Amino acid sequence: MAVPVRKFDAVIVGAGGAGLRAALQLSEAGLKTAVLSKVFPTRSHTVAAQGGVSASLGNSEPDHWHWHMYDTVKGSDWLGDQDAIEFMCREAPNVVVELEHFGMPFDRNADGTIYQRPFGGHMSNFGEKPVRRACAAADRTGHAMLHALYQRNVRANTQFFVEWMALDLVRDEQGNVQGVVAMEMETSEVYVFQAKATLFATGGAGRIFASSTNAFINTGDGLGMAARAGIPLEDMEFWQFHPTGVAGAGVLITEGVRGEGGILRNSAGERFMERYAPNAKDLASRDVVSRAMVTEINEGRGCGPHKDHVLLDITHLDPEVIKSKLPGIREISIKFAGVDPIKAPIPVVPTCHYQMGGIPTNYRGEVVVHDQVVPGFYAAGEVACASVHGANRLGTNSLLDLLVFGKSSGNSMIEYIKTAPKDLPPLATADVDRSLARVARLDGQQNGTPVESARAAMQRTMQNHCGVFRFKDMLKEGVEKILEVEAMVRTIEIADKSRTFNTARLEALELENLIEVAKATMISAEARTESRGAHVRDDAADTPEHPNGRDDENWLKHTLWYRDANRLDYKPVNLKPLSVETIALKTRSY
Amino acid sequence: MTTRTVKFSIYRFDPEKDAKPYMKDYTVDLGPSDHKLLDALVKLKVVDDSVSFRRSCREGVCGSDAMNINGRNGLACVTNIDDLKQPIQIRPLPGLPVIRDLIVDMTQFFKQYHSIKPYVVNDTPAPDRERLQSQEDRKELDGLYECILCACCSTSCPSFWWNPDKFVGPAGLLAAYRFIADTRDTATNERLDNLEDPYRLFRCHTIMNCVDVCPKELNPTKAIGKIKDLMVKRMA
Repeated sequence: MAVPVRKFDAVIVGAGGAGLRAALQLSEAGLKTAVLSKVFPTRSHTVAAQGGVSASLGNSEPDHWHWHMYDTVKGSDWLGDQDAIEFMCREAPNVVVELEHFGMPFDRNADGTIYQRPFGGHMSNFGEKPVRRACAAADRTGHAMLHALYQRNVRANTQFFVEWMALDLVRDEQGNVQGVVAMEMETSEVYVFQAKATLFATGGAGRIFASSTNAFINTGDGLGMAARAGIPLEDMEFWQFHPTGVAGAGVLITEGVRGEGGILRNSAGERFMERYAPNAKDLASRDVVSRAMVTEINEGRGCGPHKDHVLLDITHLDPEVIKSKLPGIREISIKFAGVDPIKAPIPVVPTCHYQMGGIPTNYRGEVVVHDQVVPGFYAAGEVACASVHGANRLGTNSLLDLLVFGKSSGNSMIEYIKTAPKDLPPLATADVDRSLARVARLDGQQNGTPVESARAAMQRTMQNHCGVFRFKDMLKEGVEKILEVEAMVRTIEIADKSRTFNTARLEALELENLIEVAKATMISAEARTESRGAHVRDDAADTPEHPNGRDDENWLKHTLWYRDANRLDYKPVNLKPLSVETIALKTRSY
Repeated sequence: MTTRTVKFSIYRFDPEKDAKPYMKDYTVDLGPSDHKLLDALVKLKVVDDSVSFRRSCREGVCGSDAMNINGRNGLACVTNIDDLKQPIQIRPLPGLPVIRDLIVDMTQFFKQYHSIKPYVVNDTPAPDRERLQSQEDRKELDGLYECILCACCSTSCPSFWWNPDKFVGPAGLLAAYRFIADTRDTATNERLDNLEDPYRLFRCHTIMNCVDVCPKELNPTKAIGKIKDLMVKRMA
């Protein structure tokens, strides 16, 4: 191993919301911190979040963190861990106010407080009626947040390594995490970043599906690295299909559109959500709305020449409201659907959006395998599974997740670094060598599989076998197919061997991460023979014994997938909150 | 049904093997849902994986895929193929060093952005709750905070081409005004001091290329005018 080593107190991989929020804690504590990112920080996918960040500020009407907690537990279909959920909902007002102090340009109410809008599944008084909880900056909340967090990090002199891709996690013989192997994209030089504490804030992996709202960069790098290093991935069968992706393009249209009064209509012009969720209607939870839409389309009530989408209608709203509260949506509709939503409804279809599962952590951001903390290893944001989203995430809880757990993991790292020995231990080289061998294999491959063939096969398989509705036989076949795709990925080949900003090589390395996520998803989904949240199967139907197909007796537990032999294990859901009573199991309806 | 194709002429340069840059012609088959220039470039990369460009969100909000398209700076992901004369001439953003193909070195651009102290300065103790801001005051930030740092504006500005190390450029100045205009920021004077210089602000000659190319329809020239007004007011 002849790789240069750079040493830090902390290394953070990923500079989206979670990575930046954690970096701020560490930089302000004066610790030597390296933040690695494949893209300039403000290009991270947090930038694309639109509708809002939830916090029970109660600026427009009474609200309480306990109600927010109830909604989150219910939204998770009781798969979320109630200690982590309580922690997140209690912390929400603090981190949102803090963000405002950092300069976040929130919209305002007439009294000067932060503007809040209704959102799917946000209710007051334990599920009674919709409440305004989503704190918004027009429909560009993620953009405004990411820029504010980056700006605050500029103020704090955070050290960024921009356009560096982390390749692999480094663990010593005892399993302690020592840092990462990373490649400078401009030069293809490989370095080890050694640190006392390592945080993964690498975001999601929506690119395993053919149709996704996710950016090209959302390739599950943290998940791939963790899986290769022997860390299990939790609850990977749970993927959120956002109800409103632009039909054909996949670009996101925020739930905030329905929060502002938008209505979903089928080919008859009917407001069909009234039949599926009589109380919350268009603002039911995302999994519920997506399934209703697919049911409408499957039963022949879809719109357009191919009857393959439904319509999101805001033509009844005041054009001034659309221009001031939903300007980004109007821009996206015009550019990607060719429709001005002031005049005509937007064609939409459920689209893969968010990964509820991830690297198992506790609410302090520490990575845990069963109950054992992995020393020196932390994860936050979409890559992590705390688990606050369980089987289905509520809209706006993702931006909240990255603020709360970015901050708490930063704090945990500070504590850990303070008690760690001053000098870094000798670097274990086995993982470094394995990582170098992976790059060497790719550069030396001949007569292999083109990257695009393997990637397209993976995306097609995931889309057809593991979508909004899942079928026992299709899942079984999906597992076989995805293992065949994995064999293709083992021989992927690139024609371009340049060492200067070689994006072909980066895409190949990304695919090696995506395939780990795809396997984890398909195998975990095939094994879970119930319906819960976003995971709904034909052989686990709605019956009186198992309302909505949920089987708490056998399946109220988290999945853990290990890369080694695709082994599955399970761990109990933590139903015990930190300070309040357990939110008791109940049938979910909106 | 006939296959839709698109013809490109793309700037190519890999310092490892090319003595100098050259333009290369390509014809690419498009799929039924390929409407944007980025869709076509992604298809091209399947055919020739050495064509290098940045891209991420593919919806015009991350600012990665700025390039010079038929002589005009823009984002590939929001540019309609059908609106472009073919063969489409694609070059890197002008005025910045080229790393490879369409990938430019943006160090100077970000250095100027950082030079304006792009963060809210307010040293009064933070209240327990949010700082209040009226709807009218918040409205002052519209048209400023939405910048995606794609650099289309600064790299279309002749003043920035000549003095990228001394002139802040439209993107940086738009950001400077974003903080001046924020009622929560208390450093207006220092911000104006920081720009009071023959180059940093005053190299803007209102050519307005920045306004013309901004993919977010922002108006840096207007923001620059407002900073200049504040300078004048301050002197009087």
